[in-house]
Amino acid sequence: MSNRPLSPHLSIWKWGPHMLVSILHRVTGDGMALAGLAILLWWLGALASGPAAYDSFTGWMWADIGALQWSGIDILWSLLKVLLKIVMIGLSWAFFTHMLSGLRHFVLDIGAGYELDTNRLWSIASPVIAVILTAGFWALLLLR
Amino acid sequence: MGNGTSIGKVRGLGSAHEGPHHWLVQRFTAIGNLVLMLWLLGSFLLLPDLGYGTLASYFAKPVPAVAMILLVLSLFWHARIGLQVLIEDYVHTPGNKFAALALLNLATIGGGAFGIFCVARLALSGGAA
Repeated sequence: MSNRPLSPHLSIWKWGPHMLVSILHRVTGDGMALAGLAILLWWLGALASGPAAYDSFTGWMWADIGALQWSGIDILWSLLKVLLKIVMIGLSWAFFTHMLSGLRHFVLDIGAGYELDTNRLWSIASPVIAVILTAGFWALLLLR
Repeated sequence: MGNGTSIGKVRGLGSAHEGPHHWLVQRFTAIGNLVLMLWLLGSFLLLPDLGYGTLASYFAKPVPAVAMILLVLSLFWHARIGLQVLIEDYVHTPGNKFAALALLNLATIGGGAFGIFCVARLALSGGAA
C-alpha cells in the first residue's frame, strides 16, 4: 500500500465551508449512531421496564439541576449529570445538523447545487439553520 | 464465461446492478429517519409532558407503536451502513476490519431487536407495564 502513487495535489488545499459541512455530517452521524442510539435504547428499555426504571433514566439523563448535591462524592455524580444534560442537547444539535447536511446531500445527489457560489451558500447555511432549529426546538419544549 | 482473457472473464456477465445498493439503502433509510424523527420530535412537543404515564400510554397506541418500531428499524439500518463506511475508511488491517464489521453487525442487529422488543412490550401490555 505504501508504495502506491499519490495524487500530486493531495497536500495543496485550503479550508472551505463545504469541507466543514462534510466533516460535520460524518461526526454528527457517527456520534448519534454511537451515543444517541445507546441512549435511545436505554430510554425504550426503561419505558418497557416500568416507572422505577424510567425515573432512573430521567434522573441521569435529564436531572433536575436545582436538586443536585454539591458535597463529597456527590460532586462527581452531579458533574456527570450536568455533562449528560449537555450530551442530550448536543444530540439534538447533531440531529438537526445531520438532517440539514443530509438534505443538502439529497440536492447534490440530483446533480444540483454544485455552482461555486450556491455550494458555498448552502455549506454555510446548513449548519447555521441547524443551530436555529436546535434553539427553536428546546424553546418550544421547555416553554410550552 | 470466456477463454481466460481479461475481457473474456467478464463478457456476458453484465452489470450486477447491485453496485449502488448500499448507497440507495442509505438514502431510503435517510428518508425514513427524516419523516419518523420529525414525527417523534413533534410528538415530544405536542404531548402534555414526557413522564412515564404519558409516554407509556402513547406508545401503547397502534400508530405511535408502529411508527416507533419503524423508526428503530430505520435508524439502526442507517447507522449500520454509516458506521460501516467509517470502518472501511479508517480500519485498513484486514483482520481488524473484519472484527470491527462483525462487532458492528452484532451491535446494530442486537440493538435494533432490543429496541423493537421494548416498543412491542409497551404496546402489547396496554401501557400498564
